[in-house]
Amino acid sequence: MIKKVINNPKDVVVETADGLILAYHGDVKKIENSNAIKRTEIRPGKVCLLVGGGSGHEPLFAGFVGENLADGAVSGNVFAAPAPDQILAATKALDQGKGVLYLYGNYAGDNMNFDIAAELAESEGIATKTVRIYDDVASAPLERITDRRGIAGDLFVIKIAGGAAAKLDSLEEVYRVAAKARDLTRSMGVALAPGSIPETGQPTFTIGEGEIEIGMGLHGEAGVSREKMMPADELVSRMTDLILKDLPFKSGDEVCLLINNLGATTMMELLIVNRKVRALLAEKQITVHDTLIGSYCTSQEMAGFSISLLKLDGELKQYYDLPAKSFAFTKG
Amino acid sequence: MTVEKLSLSEFKGAMLAIADGMIASKDLLTQADQAIGDGDHGIGMARGFEAVKAMLSEKNFAQIEEVFFSTGTSLLSSIGGASGAIFGSFFMGAAKGVKGCIELDAPGFKNALAAGLEMVKKRGGANIGDKTMVDALEPAVQAAMAYNGNSLGELSLQVYIAAEAGMQRTKTFTARIGKAKTLGERTLGFADPGSISITLIFKFFSDYLKQMA
Ligand SMILES: Nc1ncnc2c1ncn2[C@@H]1O[C@H](COP(=O)(O)OP(=O)(O)O)[C@@H](O)[C@H]1O
Ligand SMILES: [Mg+2]
Repeated sequence: MIKKVINNPKDVVVETADGLILAYHGDVKKIENSNAIKRTEIRPGKVCLLVGGGSGHEPLFAGFVGENLADGAVSGNVFAAPAPDQILAATKALDQGKGVLYLYGNYAGDNMNFDIAAELAESEGIATKTVRIYDDVASAPLERITDRRGIAGDLFVIKIAGGAAAKLDSLEEVYRVAAKARDLTRSMGVALAPGSIPETGQPTFTIGEGEIEIGMGLHGEAGVSREKMMPADELVSRMTDLILKDLPFKSGDEVCLLINNLGATTMMELLIVNRKVRALLAEKQITVHDTLIGSYCTSQEMAGFSISLLKLDGELKQYYDLPAKSFAFTKG
Repeated sequence: MTVEKLSLSEFKGAMLAIADGMIASKDLLTQADQAIGDGDHGIGMARGFEAVKAMLSEKNFAQIEEVFFSTGTSLLSSIGGASGAIFGSFFMGAAKGVKGCIELDAPGFKNALAAGLEMVKKRGGANIGDKTMVDALEPAVQAAMAYNGNSLGELSLQVYIAAEAGMQRTKTFTARIGKAKTLGERTLGFADPGSISITLIFKFFSDYLKQMA
């Protein structure tokens, strides 16, 4: 059993939500009959943004509900997509008559449960549209981009979509901007040690002493290669190279950079990573508009990190630069 | 003697036996998912069938389809994840195959299985060889269609045997769908957890009919 600061493992999801709501100091409230939260104040007539997915990745998703961000978030059990009735309850609680955009990571479970909820919402007269995030370049080749997983790049798409949902008043338009942000986001992770599921206390995968897996997914899904541990600069060079050539990012591009802790990696290491990423971007004449470093999309106590880049254009930059306030992401 | 058909209350008893069996299989299913998925399959199935048990003890039914449908919605709303949608769809789809029936006989069970498979494929888009529960379910449905007798007991045994063989074949496939898909070749040698679950569901149903006979 891996040690965790929990009570009954069956209660982790509900107790996490309770703690989170308290930390928001009244800015969000619980949605009845659902393990979901919504902003306390939602402007009537606004297009709403609902994000969600399995629990266990905190602060993703529920930590990003707030001004110019998501209007609500629905959480499933640990590493399992929320059920359709939970998503539907959240959809009904959010809708202001202009429809709801669903934004979530591209996994079989999330896709099916959100699709069922969308069908149920439609039969109740609520319009929805869906943007699935697939930023993880390690998870499938570019020709099969819609098979890729969604990882920390989720945050960039939520930031842009949240801004668009605050400013634009048609679901179609918000969808267009969110999809564009998704299409211009690329990420890649590396795992040094596994996380574990509270209910079993067991690691989600095994990895040899002194080994790392480049490109490993948030639930222990395989990446591109297993290797011996290597110096930070070498590791970062390999990951950044794969990200840059995928979009591809080019000289003259302006990007936002996210260095995300998967759970157990220290800020010291993340800063060492940042130093090398910036050197590589500078070499390519790619400028960095904003940098985020910290725990945004985790996998319990998994050790490792991911690097995400969002390529900005004029429109995206305008939404990115809007102020935002939430538990896990605040921007002046 | 084998059982020809089940009355409504007997069918409810069978569903209860399946639920108990699935709850008791939690660790086995979780270990299967630890090998090639994210290690939560047993937890989800146990949670789902706990909900089915609670639902069965509360509700009264007038028709077979209601038992199937309520089992499906209980799984759908309590499991979440891929398996909630898939196993929920299976039972909700199966309900469509037995519209208006107040007993479950062999032809009714065949129709239920076929309708369940159709719903699973519609929802998840998986085909034979993708290393999912469809690899056990589809051959089970084919075996059911090939059965010409009128004993529900015999039919359910054929279904279980075919599902078991399909489940064993998943060991030779690399996953192309779900969280295991990106493990690719590393999934060789391991059975798909969802295919184990559907096989067990059929096994517990067949066992229930056997002990009734
Ligand atoms: N599209 C699909 N069609 C049929 N079965 C599927 C599909 N996606 C996943 N499954 C089944 O679900 C099982 C995984 O369930 P589970 O581990 O509970 O969900 P999750 O993948 O969300 O963690 C797989 O073993 C597979 O049999
Ligand atoms: Mg799983």
